Amino acid sequence: MAELTYREAVAWGIAQEMRRDPNLVMLGEDIAAAGGVFKTTVGLLDEFGPERVRDTPISEQAIVGAAMGAAMTGIPVIAEIMFSDFLAVCWDMIANEIAKSRYMTDGQVSFPLVIRTANGGGVRFGAQHSQSVENWAMMIPGLKVVAPSTPIDVIGLMAASIRDPDPVVFFEHKSLMATKAEIPDGEIIDQLGQARIVRDGSDVTIAALALMVPRALEAAAALEADGISAEVIDLRSLVPLDTNTLLESVQKTGRFFTVEENPRLCGWGAELASIVSEESFWALDGPVIRITTPHIPLPAAAALEDMALPSVDRIYETIVKSFDAR
Amino acid sequence: MPTDGRYDYALREPRLPRPVDTTLAGAAIDLDTRLGMYQRLHELRQFEKRAYDLFLQNLVKGTSHLSLGMEAIATGFGAAMRPDDYTFATYRGHAHALARGMDMGQAMAELLGRENGVLGGKGGSMHLTDVSKGMMGSYAIIGAHLCVANGAAWSAQMRKSGQVAVAFFGDGTTNIGAFHEALNLAAIWKLPVVFVCENNLYMEYTPIDVVTAVGNPAAGRASAYGLEPVLVDGNDPDAVFLAARTALARARAGDGPSLIEAVTYRSGGHSRADPGKYRPEREVSAWAGRDPIPMYHQRLLGLGTPEARLSAIERQVADAVDTATEFAKAGREPGEGSLHTEVYADGGSKWRN
Ligand SMILES: Cc1ncc(C[n+]2csc(CCOP(=O)(O)OP(=O)(O)O)c2C)c(N)n1
Ligand SMILES: [Mg+2]
Repeated sequence: MAELTYREAVAWGIAQEMRRDPNLVMLGEDIAAAGGVFKTTVGLLDEFGPERVRDTPISEQAIVGAAMGAAMTGIPVIAEIMFSDFLAVCWDMIANEIAKSRYMTDGQVSFPLVIRTANGGGVRFGAQHSQSVENWAMMIPGLKVVAPSTPIDVIGLMAASIRDPDPVVFFEHKSLMATKAEIPDGEIIDQLGQARIVRDGSDVTIAALALMVPRALEAAAALEADGISAEVIDLRSLVPLDTNTLLESVQKTGRFFTVEENPRLCGWGAELASIVSEESFWALDGPVIRITTPHIPLPAAAALEDMALPSVDRIYETIVKSFDAR
Repeated sequence: MPTDGRYDYALREPRLPRPVDTTLAGAAIDLDTRLGMYQRLHELRQFEKRAYDLFLQNLVKGTSHLSLGMEAIATGFGAAMRPDDYTFATYRGHAHALARGMDMGQAMAELLGRENGVLGGKGGSMHLTDVSKGMMGSYAIIGAHLCVANGAAWSAQMRKSGQVAVAFFGDGTTNIGAFHEALNLAAIWKLPVVFVCENNLYMEYTPIDVVTAVGNPAAGRASAYGLEPVLVDGNDPDAVFLAARTALARARAGDGPSLIEAVTYRSGGHSRADPGKYRPEREVSAWAGRDPIPMYHQRLLGLGTPEARLSAIERQVADAVDTATEFAKAGREPGEGSLHTEVYADGGSKWRN
């Protein structure tokens, strides 16, 4: 057993896989000597050396393009894009090249690569360094999308993402970096596409991702006191999406809420809402309700950012109100 | 850690500053301009030192990137630019905002996330903007604003306004595609734009030479775009002022863009939490000895300015920074009202009926 923070778990998970696969390499800005600007890659240069852990220039297209080229010729790669906002700088590589080439070539090429990136708000970094952009990746056919909420999931899902033959965009949440957990000994390997029920409940289903999972859990605890039993599902990966767990839960509870950090329009919850209303309509006892950041860029000031992101209070109040509204 | 000196960056051969060019004392720059620059240097220095103190008191949240040690560049350009010229800066933009005349109180309040901040708390440290002063924004994603500065220069060209756009960016920025696209476009369209690389020798934590194919990240690329390589001492306000004056005049005359590499050093870390330990100690101390402020103080004394005049300027700036701090601290936290304003041109964020 070791106690690890979320940030340490990133390096831990990568190291586990680099030990297993001597071909696995990684590249990114300030990841080697500096150990990453979020200190998520500390120790990897020491253990694996500068050939396998490479500092790059500030050249996102070159980073992701190189990852693509290496992956399609047999070298699995982990590329870091420092902040997920910067995915926009290399979005051609990701959305047009990496995501589509397997399909366009009728399966001739494969992209065993992971693009890791720090996602999400809560750290007062303002509009260009705080976005939750997992929905950007979710809407591109060909990409897999993973966003862990705990240190153990970081390791297990990192391993699963690396071993997955498809390109995975792996979102590490900035506001979860300091959270801690006991990590069991031995190899940890999880599966993509399996949601986890992190709290059992019978009255409402709440689907959440990354930072919104602990907030949903806190809100669920408050709801309990009001006699509302909330089931909380940590989606963990958006693609593949574990619709079975979701729909079974809604069948049981009859009420469905999403808690999304992304701005409102076309957030991942919209897709879930559509699936639930299409496939579990007759089980619903109330409208599907999405709790999201408003459709605004994120402000920098602490007071404003706190109002923007879904808070425990807002989750709690929205759910209570939905019962009152009956 | 492989300690061959290449990967433990703190063990590398230090990159030391060039000695001061003492002949610049004789440059044709009038005393008022020089005293103005002396005051500006102090404003930038004292403002940012205060910002750092407020950060240590947990009053400045989020991140901030200071230009401590690098003030001569913003100062020299600020003095040479026309009031209606355009500045495009990076997240390391406090100095450039102030050098264009942004109100110190409003700037400080923005760092504190207050309602009376220049952006009402919405933008924060990395996005200082004051269009009324020609400060067209601070851009936090590397490379973008070089292309945007081209657009402003193009607009000035079309409007025949005689304005020049100046984009400031770091050494690390020369390795992103946007830098190269911007330079090429500016060159072929002969845009009135000046690209100013503040080469402080590091990107965030990685030394620039480790990741760059040429020794001078900007000047070494100039020839690829048909431009003269211009290297200046970024710690000497006079050197920067002269280079700025030449480049601005060239742009205004319709002779096209310039690319200036101003070599400098940040005295602190990259951003607020970074102690900067990846830099060789001898390098840090050598550059501390090349601080632009004491150097300029000496130069002005040498030119016959009385000490009393210089210390009066310093005190006046100290008072102004205190006033700015009080103004900022007195500001309220922004309320929910402003959260939803100015997403769209109707002033709001409404996207449905
Ligand atoms: C496209 C993009 N990639 C990476 C970053 C993260 N980042 C912020 S500042 C910085 C270093 C920039 O170095 P340089 O251009 O030398 O400017 P300096 O900070 O030294 O002034 C990096 C990599 C970013 N903001 N945008
Ligand atoms: Mg730099």
